[in-house]
Amino acid sequence: MKTILFILQKEFIQIFRNKTMLPIIFVVPIIQLLVLVHAATFEMKHIKMYVVDNDMSATSRKMISKFSGSPFYKIKFISFSYPDAEKCLQNGSVDVVLRIPVHFERDLFKSDEAKVQLSVNAINGVSAGLIYAYSNQIISSLNRELISKNISVNENTVAPENINVTYTHWYNPQLNYKTFMVPGILVLLVTLIGLFLAGMNVVREKEIGTIEQINVTPIKKYQFMAGKLIPFWIIALFELAFGLTLGKLLFNIPMVGNLGLVFLSGAVYLIAVLGMGLFISTLANTQQQAMFLSFFFMIVFLLMSGLFTSVESMPNWAQQFNRINPIAYFIKIMRMVLLKGSGFSDIKYEFYTLIFIGLGVMTLAVRRYRKVA
Amino acid sequence: MKRFFGFVRKEFYHIFRDWRTVIILFGMPAIQLLLFGYVITNEIKDVGIAVFDQSKDEVTIKLTNKIASSGYFKIIDHVESYQDIERIFKKGKVKEIIVFEQDFAKKLKKEGIADIQLLTDASEPNTANLIVNYTSGIIASFNKELNPLANSKMRITPEVRMLYNPELKGVFMFVPGIMAMLLMLVSAIMTSISITREKELGTMEVLLVSPLKPVQIIFGKVMPYVFLAFADALIIIAIGHYVFGMPILGSLGLLMLESLIFITVALALGILISTVTNSQQIAMMLSMVALMLPTILLSGFIFPIENMPWILQVLCQLMPPKWFIIIIKSIMLKGNGFLFVWKETLILLGMAAFFIILSIKKFKIRLEG
Repeated sequence: MKTILFILQKEFIQIFRNKTMLPIIFVVPIIQLLVLVHAATFEMKHIKMYVVDNDMSATSRKMISKFSGSPFYKIKFISFSYPDAEKCLQNGSVDVVLRIPVHFERDLFKSDEAKVQLSVNAINGVSAGLIYAYSNQIISSLNRELISKNISVNENTVAPENINVTYTHWYNPQLNYKTFMVPGILVLLVTLIGLFLAGMNVVREKEIGTIEQINVTPIKKYQFMAGKLIPFWIIALFELAFGLTLGKLLFNIPMVGNLGLVFLSGAVYLIAVLGMGLFISTLANTQQQAMFLSFFFMIVFLLMSGLFTSVESMPNWAQQFNRINPIAYFIKIMRMVLLKGSGFSDIKYEFYTLIFIGLGVMTLAVRRYRKVA
Repeated sequence: MKRFFGFVRKEFYHIFRDWRTVIILFGMPAIQLLLFGYVITNEIKDVGIAVFDQSKDEVTIKLTNKIASSGYFKIIDHVESYQDIERIFKKGKVKEIIVFEQDFAKKLKKEGIADIQLLTDASEPNTANLIVNYTSGIIASFNKELNPLANSKMRITPEVRMLYNPELKGVFMFVPGIMAMLLMLVSAIMTSISITREKELGTMEVLLVSPLKPVQIIFGKVMPYVFLAFADALIIIAIGHYVFGMPILGSLGLLMLESLIFITVALALGILISTVTNSQQIAMMLSMVALMLPTILLSGFIFPIENMPWILQVLCQLMPPKWFIIIIKSIMLKGNGFLFVWKETLILLGMAAFFIILSIKKFKIRLEG
């Protein structure tokens, strides 16, 4: 036990005398939260719209004002020329073109049906899907208004049986994207510390050659590992606390659930991540290799984890993969506890799986690690 | 000249004798493209929902069946009381709860109107929005079936054309982005690390006293990465085209030319980084923070630039990958020619010149003591 304490002492001295370390610990979380949360957003606001109004009627104007009144749209141009609109779409200065044809209003009142055309720049499929969804909501609310306005005119045209749909978004009524991203970014932060720094630390001793000196001392394998991993475990948990504080101060994200539960899960999750870092360090001989391998693993695990896009819409094999993806479990726990206030009984499946994965990865890494250089 | 080629050959050996580097170089583009292509979608499929049916009459049952058989939703729970809702949402499996009011069918018949309330778990805001949209769509079409004649009154129907990407495929976004990212990774990061490595290990000294000129050393160092970057670009375009059906509407030659310009910018950045530091670790950190993150986040690769706050938008303008991505999309998807992208090309060329001059100025042929 005393040996471990000495190794820990050595590691902490080494970590903190490295001048790049302190900026990494304090500046990286700030930059990540500030830049990532603002940059990593699928939230659609100010969709640039070009309106081609060939009808110029009361109804068409009403429709345009509905779009411009919505927070999602910003009408950049209004004209009569569709070719001009298409050119703007082509060179990227607008995202969507709304074309209201001639006799739009007349058709609507005479044959009860009128068409408008929406042309969306769909290169970004996700955005295009959302643009479509928003436009649909606006047009159908306009439809409802028109119908109810016409009740007084001729009552028999109203549908005899009408289902009225209302909706409420729980836990995030304004659909604030930042609330969604902050917990995920905290996970990313903790993962970076665990995976990169811990793995590279071991490889560095290999590369410089000092690992041989440690190997010839009576230090046991488990003592060496504990000494290498515990500092980063502590630093990462500290980062989690620091990040949560920043998230609260900067973005005022809700923290409905029990913070103790967050840290408990974080502690367990870190065992899995540190195990992965250690495992990578057994595969690499130089820091360069360690970094690229970590980067590779992280990209794969992160993209699959549901940090940016929902796991539900992934194909089946991806969802199966996520059964062994610790990042996916931790992101889920973070969002559930922080945003919805889920308790231990709600997350116990995820929690136990994390323990299981952590022990598995750690055992694998320790077994692969040889006390020979 | 022969010396120079000998040096280039040595660099190739260095790269290819390490299997880990080879995996990164050739496995990364393939795996990333496949992941992005298949994993990142905004389709909705088998989303878990719950039904709170306070009426349980023939209309609500019919509507429930219609929703369940749509393929978008899977009913995995039934709610019996309002207290249940919170509990079910907290478990996290159910993303939406459909609430039918009491005496649904009776109200529909007598008063002509009945209420459905959709409650969503909006801790994933975009998913919540899509779910509401899909559900409302199903209910609306059900409503139309109920009264085929009357409800067709006063309808504006939007006709939607999804230009350039009618099936809303994610790959169309990711092929250009991954190209920019990998060219950056290979050209800038690998180069900067491999030069600083020679410095750190002390072999740079050996090279500098050799008859090779400093310019030859630098060129010899970057030459293999130009080839590798080019090979990666081709792999990505090939997978994008043959596996995911990404069109190449514009000229392939122009695309390659633009890639070469971007590779030049990236290499100049890599050399620049290697001139300011002597340690691999710092070179790595610098490349990661100054090159990789901006390439992923501030280039319009995944996240649209227009939605960012203005200060980040200004930052985006300074990022070479942003312009490169615009060029690729414009050539591949819109089939634009050089006339549409000359401005972006000029910006990239300007950046290349700037960084090359800067790194020549900074390059020291002597090692400090």
